[in-house]
Amino acid sequence: MIALLKRDLALAVRAGGGFGLGLAFFLIVVVLVPFGVGPEAAVLSRIAPGILWVAALLAALLSLDRIFALDFEDGSLPLLATSPLPLEGVALIKGAAHWITTGLPLTLAAPALGFLLNMAPGAYLWLLLSLALGTPALSMIGTFGAALTVGLRRGGLLMSLLVLPLYVPTLIFGAEAVQRGAAGLPATTPLLMVAGITLGCYALLPFAAAAALRVNLR
Amino acid sequence: MGLIVSDVTVARSGAPLLAGLSFTVAEGTALVLRGPNGIGKTTLLRTLAGLQPPVAGTVTFPDDSAAYASHADGIKAQLTVVENLRFWAEVHGSTVPDTVYQAFELTDLKDRLAGTLSAGQKRRLGLARLGVIGRKVLFLDEPTVSLDAFSVKGFARWLREEHLARGGLAVIATHIDLGLEAPELELSPFRAAPDAAGGSDEAFL
Repeated sequence: MIALLKRDLALAVRAGGGFGLGLAFFLIVVVLVPFGVGPEAAVLSRIAPGILWVAALLAALLSLDRIFALDFEDGSLPLLATSPLPLEGVALIKGAAHWITTGLPLTLAAPALGFLLNMAPGAYLWLLLSLALGTPALSMIGTFGAALTVGLRRGGLLMSLLVLPLYVPTLIFGAEAVQRGAAGLPATTPLLMVAGITLGCYALLPFAAAAALRVNLR
Repeated sequence: MGLIVSDVTVARSGAPLLAGLSFTVAEGTALVLRGPNGIGKTTLLRTLAGLQPPVAGTVTFPDDSAAYASHADGIKAQLTVVENLRFWAEVHGSTVPDTVYQAFELTDLKDRLAGTLSAGQKRRLGLARLGVIGRKVLFLDEPTVSLDAFSVKGFARWLREEHLARGGLAVIATHIDLGLEAPELELSPFRAAPDAAGGSDEAFL
């Protein structure tokens, strides 16, 4: 399993691996928002938590269809399926590798972009925490979506439609935690909800993803 | 204990292809599958390897001993030859023996990115994977596609001396003569009747 994680990380940072693509997308979306809604600091400050969370979510979505599609195209996936690794483990590692290459950089970059949107000073810590707890769920839900649509032509679009509604709970509680932090209210409850969603995803979705892969590999 | 296939029926997208297929392959021997295109060689090999369930019948071989190799090699273009092989070795909990590079003529290509290899060289790398994973039961689908005559001989020698001689077994679908003293199984007589009962997913499609 460690070998698979190492390989996926190596592939991500090599030429054409797409590492940094999600991060650049995140940056551009957040920079575009002030052009769209105008430069009033009060407005930007109010919408900053929501914008940052939605942008992070879309940036994570961008690279999801690569999770299994590349391995399916070059034939690695059936070979992994007949290897000693359980497919559940493969799905778990794929989700974790996706988080390390997209979710983690997004989390670390978000405070700097919060500054661009004039976010309230009290919200930075909560932004970092909520993204750190929430983005792993985005990766794992996305892995499940990618497993469902692997092998379909133009599967990426269908996957977005399947996955985005599943992102709603994470988005609601994640953005809520930052909003509360910005307003100086206690934000522990939404954070706990985000953490719960993430843990639930990692406990259940590898099995669902493996089942979907088995059907799609037939 | 070798490979025992008893009364197996295989289907592709719900349509039965081969029915009533029974054979055994003992340790240290190979079986060559013959038959025209579309008869179901690939489907049969995928079923034997466990990638899809048989419609009927049973396939038995020792647990965790099978490996499958198809037209697609599972090679990552951005990794070097060594990195590709090391990955598959680690996944299977083994290491890459140096003899593999000689057997598959990869010694001079070790540090090349797999994406820069020719089709035949890629195929050799894909086959070299079989040499590092240490699996006893091999299901090979057209293993010699895009190999030159010399490499075909090299692969046949590896199969005979490194794999079969050490108690491995292989089921191979191929159209060319590998030079193995292996029995051949013609699949045409097992062609399933068009309306044979079988995995009818049609009701749900």
